[in-house]
Amino acid sequence: MSTRIHPVLIFFTVLIYIFLLGPLVIIFGAALSDTTYLTFPPQGLTLRWFENIWNISAFRRTIVTSLQMAFLGTFIALIIGIPAAYALNRHRVTLPASLSTLFVLPILVPEIVIGFSLLRSVTVEAGVPVWYALLIGHTLLVLPYVIRVVSASLASFDFSIEEAAISLGSPPAKTFFTIVLPNIRSGMIAAFILSFITSINDVSISLFLTGPGISTLPIQLLAHMEQFFDPTIASVSVVLMLLTILVMVIVERTLGLAIVAK
Amino acid sequence: MKRLAGWMLATPATLMIALLLVLPVAATIGMTFGAPGAGTWGVAQPYADFFTSGFRRRVLWRTFEVAGWVTVISLAGGLVTAYVVSRCPPRVKSILIVLAVFPLLTGVVVRSFAWLVLLGRQGMVNNVLQWSGVTDAPVAMLYTQGAVIVAMVYIFVPLMVLVLVGVLENIPEDLLQASSSLGAGPVASFLQVTLPLAVPGLIVGAVLVFTASFTSYATPHLLGGTRQMMMGTLLHQQAMVAFDWPGAAVVAAIMLVVIVATVLLMTRLARRMNPMTT
Repeated sequence: MSTRIHPVLIFFTVLIYIFLLGPLVIIFGAALSDTTYLTFPPQGLTLRWFENIWNISAFRRTIVTSLQMAFLGTFIALIIGIPAAYALNRHRVTLPASLSTLFVLPILVPEIVIGFSLLRSVTVEAGVPVWYALLIGHTLLVLPYVIRVVSASLASFDFSIEEAAISLGSPPAKTFFTIVLPNIRSGMIAAFILSFITSINDVSISLFLTGPGISTLPIQLLAHMEQFFDPTIASVSVVLMLLTILVMVIVERTLGLAIVAK
Repeated sequence: MKRLAGWMLATPATLMIALLLVLPVAATIGMTFGAPGAGTWGVAQPYADFFTSGFRRRVLWRTFEVAGWVTVISLAGGLVTAYVVSRCPPRVKSILIVLAVFPLLTGVVVRSFAWLVLLGRQGMVNNVLQWSGVTDAPVAMLYTQGAVIVAMVYIFVPLMVLVLVGVLENIPEDLLQASSSLGAGPVASFLQVTLPLAVPGLIVGAVLVFTASFTSYATPHLLGGTRQMMMGTLLHQQAMVAFDWPGAAVVAAIMLVVIVATVLLMTRLARRMNPMTT
């Protein structure tokens, strides 16, 4: 890596990074502006737009719904995704290869197509309540990430440890919980974080699955932007970014960020 | 017995995807075929309706155009950045990677919103343009194709950088040393060693960005509005504003065909272009 990099390339890279981070800095500034419209640089400093988030009931409600979807959807995806990932690795010979293709379908099929199809089949035809349809959508959204990340973690797991435990008399189910799961803990945490962030930021699936009184934060943000152009949106964005930074710090401390970069 | 165990463990996830994804999407596609006797085109009537509408044809073409530009610009910007990042000293490299991951983890709505602030009539870009005397009156930049492309490039460059850093790091260092010890300069080494080895990864990055921008909703909605409708916003408009569900289903089916065809063609191409396999 000792080859020198041409200054023009470095200059270009610096520009790209300014392009990537500048707009986010501007949101921070705009959120602090003491004006009723969005502006940068901020004119006067105030935190009242942050207070405003809690004063608008629609934001309060949708933050709760978003958190519910992210936690529950990820939780269900882990419960059904971990056994599937285990089966794909442990019983690779007996399961058809098409099964792993099936598990990537939620990534391959455009989210917006999944959302529209769920609206038609699940909400309208089957009459499933909006909240549950939304949960189905979020579970489907994160399931492939769970299966992929846990599979990657299982791929480096030495299954002979498990066989040793079983041959020493440990029942298979107990072995799974005492031997296999603890060994793929970092994969499970990574899957959880990736899924949580994917779910909380989702627009395209939630778009069709929100209904009267039930919406997620990103959808509410879109709706709010159509009517108002005040700094509240910027302050919500700042809160979301601070949350992201917090998650990144936790990931860095526990697993190292290399996991997310994959 | 073992066979059964494997199936049982995979059953919940398999059922979930089969019943709640494959079936509903299949039903949507089934909906795109009209009754056999209806209209001049029979079963294909809903598709004929789509392609005979100048407006919808333009939306489809615009979606290809925007996704194409976004892919090309992201590839160029991402490749240069990834090249520099991958040759930085480890400490700088990890900082640069963290700085690219951060926007990626920030939601699409927030990142599109940033451009709404920047490109508005009172936005910073207009302020700078007027202050520097380039224009006297604010330039209308929102709701143009350019605004949509810029915001989407902004959204997808971090993804491209991360994918390509991974690709460039996987290229064995001794190949580059061999090429420079044989007298190749950095440019020749890049063009004759690095680039050919990076092609499969470039294709993967391009497919990711193309499919994501082809199907995106939030960015074209916020920065393009109804004037710069793309397939995603058209699907939503047909389904939720016009309540034309067969029309929306046709849009969904066309999106699906474009995505699946792109992924299949490009993965095949990536395999063929991989110099390590032949």
